[in-house]
Amino acid sequence: MQERVKKPQFDVVGTRPVRPDGVDKVTGRAKYGADLKMAGQLVGKVLRSPHPHARIKSIDVSKALALPGVKAVVTSKDFPEQPSEFIPAGEGVVNYRDMTNNVMAREKVLYEGHAVAAVAALNEKAALAALDAIKVEYEVLPHVIDEMEAIKPGAPILHEDMITTGVTPPPTKASNISKRVEFNLGDVDKGFAEADLIVEREFKTKAVHQGYIEPHACLASASEDGSAELWVTTQGHWVVRAYCAKLLDWDISKIRVTSSEIGGGFGGKTVVYLEPLALALSKKAQRPVKMVMSREEVFKASGPTSGGTVKVKIGVKKDGTITAGEAEITLQAGAFQGSPVQPACMCAFANYDLENVKVVGYDVVSNRPKVAAYRAPGGPISTYGVESLVDEIAEKLGMCPIELRLKNAAKEGTRAAYGPKFGPVGLIECLEAAKDSDHWKAPLGPNQGRGLAAGFWFNIGGETTVSLQLNEDGTLTLMAGTPDIGGLRASLCMMAAEELKVDVSKIRPIIADTSSLGYNFLTGGSRSTFSSGMATVDAARSIVKQACGRAAKLWDIPEEAVTFEDGMIRPAGENAGKHKPMSLSDIAKVAGKTGGAIVGYAAISAQGAAPSFGVHIADTEVDPGTGKVTVTRYTAIQDAGKAIHPSYVEGQYQGGAVQGIGWALNEEYIYGEDGKLQNAGFLDYRVPVASDLPMIDTIIVEVPNPRHPYGVRGIGETPIVPPMAAIGAAVRRASGVRFFELPMSPPKVLKAMKAAGKA
Amino acid sequence: MAHVVLIGNLRQYTGDVTALDVDAASVRQLFRKLGEKFPELAPHLEEGLAVAIDGQIYQDALLEPIRPDSEVHILPQIAGG
Repeated sequence: MQERVKKPQFDVVGTRPVRPDGVDKVTGRAKYGADLKMAGQLVGKVLRSPHPHARIKSIDVSKALALPGVKAVVTSKDFPEQPSEFIPAGEGVVNYRDMTNNVMAREKVLYEGHAVAAVAALNEKAALAALDAIKVEYEVLPHVIDEMEAIKPGAPILHEDMITTGVTPPPTKASNISKRVEFNLGDVDKGFAEADLIVEREFKTKAVHQGYIEPHACLASASEDGSAELWVTTQGHWVVRAYCAKLLDWDISKIRVTSSEIGGGFGGKTVVYLEPLALALSKKAQRPVKMVMSREEVFKASGPTSGGTVKVKIGVKKDGTITAGEAEITLQAGAFQGSPVQPACMCAFANYDLENVKVVGYDVVSNRPKVAAYRAPGGPISTYGVESLVDEIAEKLGMCPIELRLKNAAKEGTRAAYGPKFGPVGLIECLEAAKDSDHWKAPLGPNQGRGLAAGFWFNIGGETTVSLQLNEDGTLTLMAGTPDIGGLRASLCMMAAEELKVDVSKIRPIIADTSSLGYNFLTGGSRSTFSSGMATVDAARSIVKQACGRAAKLWDIPEEAVTFEDGMIRPAGENAGKHKPMSLSDIAKVAGKTGGAIVGYAAISAQGAAPSFGVHIADTEVDPGTGKVTVTRYTAIQDAGKAIHPSYVEGQYQGGAVQGIGWALNEEYIYGEDGKLQNAGFLDYRVPVASDLPMIDTIIVEVPNPRHPYGVRGIGETPIVPPMAAIGAAVRRASGVRFFELPMSPPKVLKAMKAAGKA
Repeated sequence: MAHVVLIGNLRQYTGDVTALDVDAASVRQLFRKLGEKFPELAPHLEEGLAVAIDGQIYQDALLEPIRPDSEVHILPQIAGG
């Protein structure tokens, strides 16, 4: 690991203490979604559609209900119909009609694996028998899987009321295109007219799953009085509460949701699947109901991210100045509208300081599971196309790919193609770090090649609440509400320790449930260290203020005459009198006698999030006999703003890079002609494992975000944006063949190399 | 007056107007005035939009102040994974 970190200015921030949740995780004591058990709990199971597209003519559950041990069955009739309207909630806006119809099919099933009914029984055997006993009569309909097939005239239509928005005049007929979006900057025709070289290509990416190791799981317990508790693996339990309340028409106050430890989410655990079913079953059965997806269900019925088609055209002068960029991006939404096509469009040219840009996007439904967010949703897909083309242009111009990017790189003051100007950003610093790195200068072996690509993500803030209580012995308990996926608890404790000048091990963090803390938006959008960190700092400063107030009372001096320095509460000056400085522990001991407990509480809507740019370098070796691509060296460079706990920043860089490597080389949803997923398991859906990979080296660049007390930027999503183009460029140099479709799996690589006479 | 730019598909609700000057001291005032000027736009201002004031993106920030010389972009809300 190399660090480009400024000389530490802090006592705790920037160090690497042991994470507070570490021991429980390595000893197996930590409780994940499927680990909780309750007395009398039932087993919940879901009946899923065997067809990719069919009308439900009837569902008969009577025989299932008559079986011994079966306690409840639910179908769509147990969930109120929702109007089709877009309502701000959770991840941007949601359409609750689509959500309820995805959770439980109503008139039609729209993909293989679509939930049709759910049962709760005394044990798994009884539950499976109940599923077998449910009789569903289907009218099988023609299906369409590929997004480009779905937009052709005559393609099977999934939703008869889907009229494309964003088109003037509005179409009169239904189609599978939910919306068209367009972003413009300057005049692309003028820009292309100024170019000496114009290159245009079409790129294809496949749907890939987030691949979290822990499947979706929850335990619901509904009471006779209408209240309910839910334990769930999720990225946002307040969002789960809101969604379940809406889908079940229950009061929010009656649902208490506790998030378990989470074994990966990457965006895929920002939505609900089992949770409303478990609550509905528990209410009917009046017993706790536990539901856990199998891996097959995870692949077939929970959201992957979009596959897509990206057409890119770039014009450039001989000196490397890009004069115009244009893209058309068509993304799979799955069975319901809502692909990440807007952020894909907005990210496409974000790496560059361009005057002329046009990006058009299409959101397309087809008979696949509804997509869910996946790390920088949409960004990796459009960036793969643009960065691959930039690499090809560098080759055609005979320029170093870093120098070409440095010539056009976005910087402070650059107007992004989606409108606003950037504040301080670190792309140039990342490119310089790449150029200076040992990796970039290292020699390559036979059949090896090196590639590089840049990436961007916006990052967000949002609603966040933190409580920090000073305990009687001077230790502290920190309650946050954003589930900890990648080391959040450690980072929050470190910021609190930095503020309070206490040993970080004296602060014990928990992720509180929805009835114990004010609203928290989910862990997503690379927001939790930024937003919960900001709230933690506010809460810690509140504790300092309260502690100073108590000291002022004890010393009989005004509060303004008390100061907090080096972890001690002191009189501000000689005029304040001579008083022995007090520690927070001293104040804690007398808190009960001087006004009660001291609790810092911060409920904020965190604003001021700043984007993060990254640059990845990949070395690959291509076997000309088999087409197998091996990543031999990899370096992820990214602007963190400020790395609170560098180990967890590095972990994010490494994890994002590895997921991108999988996307580039192996991962894909493979469908048969029958519209059924053929590789719904980790044996056939090949994610990279440690033995496939070199150590992922990291370089942390720090261009502080001026809007955060410690300069933090979100960092969790950007690392998945550059890998596909970086590896594509490396494969090009290793094999002599340039690829335009992912994944670059051995059969495809071998075939292309043979066609080019390279194998 | 703040210079306001409407990004993406919002132009379909404004008769193709993509930029205008608006006298507004906060995001809430800006939304109200835009809604009055473009009634078709009004419901969409409550649906998943972000506001960039002088380059800084704000979400769910109705009370955020806007200076008279600010450049304001109204763009799709950003989420993430």
